[in-house]
Amino acid sequence: MQLTIKYFGMLAEATSVNEEEVQTEVCSVSQLVKKLKHQHPKLSDKNFKIAVDQKLVDQNYMIDSKAEIALLPPFAGG
Amino acid sequence: MNFNPRYHRQVILPEIGTSGQEKLNAAKVLVIGAGGLGCPVLQYLTAAGIGTIGIIDFDTVDISNLHRQILYGNSALGMNKALAAKHRLEDLNPDITINAYPEKLTTKNAVSLFSEYDIIVDGTDNFSTRYLVNDACVIAKKPLVYGAIFKFEGQVAVFNYQEGPTYRCLFPEPPKAGSVPSCSEIGVLGVLPGIIGSMQANETLKIILHLGNILNGILFTYDCLTAQSSSFSIPRVESEVSKAIANAKNFETIDYDVFCGISKISEINARDAFEMNNILFIDVREPHEQPKIDNLNPDYVPLGQLQQYINKIDKKQKIVVFCQSGIRSKKAVEKLLEQEFEHVSHVKGGAMALYEFQTIKEV
Repeated sequence: MQLTIKYFGMLAEATSVNEEEVQTEVCSVSQLVKKLKHQHPKLSDKNFKIAVDQKLVDQNYMIDSKAEIALLPPFAGG
Repeated sequence: MNFNPRYHRQVILPEIGTSGQEKLNAAKVLVIGAGGLGCPVLQYLTAAGIGTIGIIDFDTVDISNLHRQILYGNSALGMNKALAAKHRLEDLNPDITINAYPEKLTTKNAVSLFSEYDIIVDGTDNFSTRYLVNDACVIAKKPLVYGAIFKFEGQVAVFNYQEGPTYRCLFPEPPKAGSVPSCSEIGVLGVLPGIIGSMQANETLKIILHLGNILNGILFTYDCLTAQSSSFSIPRVESEVSKAIANAKNFETIDYDVFCGISKISEINARDAFEMNNILFIDVREPHEQPKIDNLNPDYVPLGQLQQYINKIDKKQKIVVFCQSGIRSKKAVEKLLEQEFEHVSHVKGGAMALYEFQTIKEV
């Protein structure tokens, strides 16, 4: 299945893309994160939350169909 | 309520009317930080006639703030931000009460201060204060209007409102210290905090007026380069909410800098080490490690033997510790601080950095 991955904030800088398409089998969020970190080593030391189709989910959430995935880092600036 | 032409343009909106204006006038809002986000928040809330506004900020106005912190001009340079903001806002609207707190928000003052207000608006610029604000909002049972920025992107959300999620439900763990650069380190487009702060002001007004759809448990993100925005729903995570509640018991003693991994260990530069007097230098490396820094005449005490050694040292003695690169020396400082030594620091970069300056001095 095809996933659209969107990177926010410093994650877009770390991956050098704002958005990309990724092909994957049914997987958990943590498996997907592992795959993305392998693809973009600079993500490894970054902190972020994952949203699947605009809903924040935890590491165990199963992604089983075409979806839009967002990687959301915390911002501190004010 | 007497007719006040100041609010005419919003009172004629049927959604607000005189009853809405009365709600605004009765409301009490505390804004944490009068910086990039705080300035537009304060400006719009003051103009809208929020009856009581609190501003807490310990910082002073710097010229590098002026491109985005729109309440200040050259005449405010060097002034405390809470006081400078109050001064400007009293001219904007003299009919409301503005309380300035020119101090740092801490675990000692947060809960009692929050208790005096209905809504808390977060315009801070660091993670430790953000977690402190979140937990104090949970403890004091106050809604939190959150905003944060990074370069060209911003986030807005409302937390701890009507049993909704908290900031910890969104970001349970603070990022590693230093891993997320601040505006002062990486820069920010001046208009971005203007947009995000205005959205925070808007959410605050909607909460008071019971208008529209509040970003309750919704993370709104905005990218000012692409003009794209997104909204993400944040589920409430009870285990995260209870972490904040659990902190209520000993809240005043919690160190949020430590929680966020920010070191309190004082550091000195290698160059300065050679200029210091009446200092006991301790080299905590193993005996075989080179180069030795003989110019400092240190005591040689490998980290593993530190405990026996420090029993003999006066706790008022000024001590500077170093190791090879500055990692073991931090551990040594922590150990000394635990045992109530009063003046302890370590050398940034350790013997490697010291050696460079020792050689320069010899030449």
